[in-house]
Amino acid sequence: MISSFAWRNLWRNKLRSIVIITAVTLGIFAGIFLMAFMNGMVNDRIQTIIGTEISHIQIHRPGFVESDLFTLRIANADSVVDVVKSIPNVSAASKRIVINSMAASAETGTGVKITGVDPESEKKVTRLYTKIIEGKYLDGTGKNSIVIGETLAKKLKVGLKYKIIITVQDVNNNITGGAFRVVGIYRTDNNMFDGANIYVRNSDISALTGLDGKEAHEVAILLSNNDATEEAGKSVAASFPQLEVKDWLRISPEAGYLVSAMNQYMYIFMVVILLALCFGIINTMLMVIMERVRELGMLMAIGMNKLKVFMMIMLETVYLSLTGGVLGIVGGYFVTRYFEHAGINLYFWKEAFASMGYSAMVYPVIEPGTMIIVTIMVIVTGIFSSLYPAYRALKLNPSQAIRS
Amino acid sequence: MSIIEIKDLHKVYDGKSLPVYAVNGIDIKIEAGEFTAVVGPSGSGKTTLLNIVGGLDEPTEGEVFIDGVKITGLSGREKTDFRMKNIGFVFQAYNLIPVFTAKENVEFILHLQGKPKAEREKRTKELLEAVGLGDRMDSRPNKLSGGQQQRVAVARALASKPKFILADEPTANLDSKSTDNLLEIMEKLNREENITFLFSTHDQRVVSKARRVITIQDGVVVSDIRK
Repeated sequence: MISSFAWRNLWRNKLRSIVIITAVTLGIFAGIFLMAFMNGMVNDRIQTIIGTEISHIQIHRPGFVESDLFTLRIANADSVVDVVKSIPNVSAASKRIVINSMAASAETGTGVKITGVDPESEKKVTRLYTKIIEGKYLDGTGKNSIVIGETLAKKLKVGLKYKIIITVQDVNNNITGGAFRVVGIYRTDNNMFDGANIYVRNSDISALTGLDGKEAHEVAILLSNNDATEEAGKSVAASFPQLEVKDWLRISPEAGYLVSAMNQYMYIFMVVILLALCFGIINTMLMVIMERVRELGMLMAIGMNKLKVFMMIMLETVYLSLTGGVLGIVGGYFVTRYFEHAGINLYFWKEAFASMGYSAMVYPVIEPGTMIIVTIMVIVTGIFSSLYPAYRALKLNPSQAIRS
Repeated sequence: MSIIEIKDLHKVYDGKSLPVYAVNGIDIKIEAGEFTAVVGPSGSGKTTLLNIVGGLDEPTEGEVFIDGVKITGLSGREKTDFRMKNIGFVFQAYNLIPVFTAKENVEFILHLQGKPKAEREKRTKELLEAVGLGDRMDSRPNKLSGGQQQRVAVARALASKPKFILADEPTANLDSKSTDNLLEIMEKLNREENITFLFSTHDQRVVSKARRVITIQDGVVVSDIRK
């Protein structure tokens, strides 16, 4: 009966309750949607890192990641790829030759990272071929083809069919160079990546550097899902104890920090929203207590003990918070689900987003766990907000309150 | 044994310059089945007296026994529990719960006592019928007249089968017809069910119906007349 009493009390002053419930609804809705929006941005960034830049797992000779030494090569990369493909959850693997060098056009030059790939294998591991905006991705035709990023193309002032000279170290430690013709220009969501990465065929870079075609610096592995990363990483490492196996979180630790930091920011943001709402709720409940002094006095006089009075005020506050909270959560969920498919196009800030490595098309994502945590936060806010008003109610003297 | 026994009761408030002696040495015994009115001018101390007898206030000195139990000195929690089980309150302003129906208002105290649903419903129905509101059980207070609301308050006060009913100026907000009606019901309950009533009142109609009239002035009993 106390819970029914508290619920009915909530609707005594409908307008006031609706105002505060609306405030809670909008606050929670904004919090949920913003969390989903930021989550979507981070997810997109992670997918870009995995799908375009790193893949899930990479295998190198120990020390290569830190030093980029040309000599730290995996001797029989093809057999490594074959073994890796047989490991559960591995959907594709591709060997790469990775060299940091100089690229020069007729006008200027810059430092770049050259990645030599087997185009067909690489297509199964990374989605860079889907990011071509001019020309085509690497294929079996033509010798010394090169695919470069849009940012680098602008920097080198080149376009399709232009020649770029790349200077590398060969197997004999001599400096050598080769002319490569631009066959494709790509654009990812990361300007910095586009300005520093060029792709050539494995066979072309092997010929230039004197490699035998079986060697590679890196084997990139794509998994069937992100969650399998740790398990698959252990299996790969067990298969190649002499090689160094790193997953995307260790290759790009900033991506891991991004996920955890963004989660923390979002929860801090939600706490700030709830704290602001908390004061609104406390204010409303104090008004409620002031208006009902006589009734509370009567309830205490006829034998409603302090615990029950406290519970009643607390339940009213929790109902007030939870009604708004549930409406905000449900609203936030459905709006998020709509935009999860439709996406939000922030076209006007495209350049700004790209300079930070983010796509201007954001697909908000909300996890069920987040919804549960937010619901708990709303309940805790309701309970917390009720403490002071309930305390004020308990401090009433029934004999004075009745005659107020 | 007396239902209410008041011994040398004093209540002193700290005034701005001088102490205010609201109750200044009152000794009263009220027996079961009495229909007693406490009268006196405003500020005479009758409300303070009733508050102390009802366990809503503590005296500065003196003792109050209800059916042999000393209630002065009980802890707040013990007093709340004692009030719930032993004292029925009727207030001047009715003080019904506006979000509850008449039935729920009466039932509420039985709920606080943890009575089972069947017992609650039976007792509530009996009481509302006894005060002539059997047909208004599902009406909320704002749909009832002042007299009807006060009758619901009487039914509520009786719900827990208290040792006595304490009524603080119960007819102050009622018109003549409602007052007569309420007094008739209370008299009937007193006569037929031997329920003890203790009123504070200014209303001569209540005084005329009371079988014992205690007059208080300046915190002391100046007359105690049994009719």
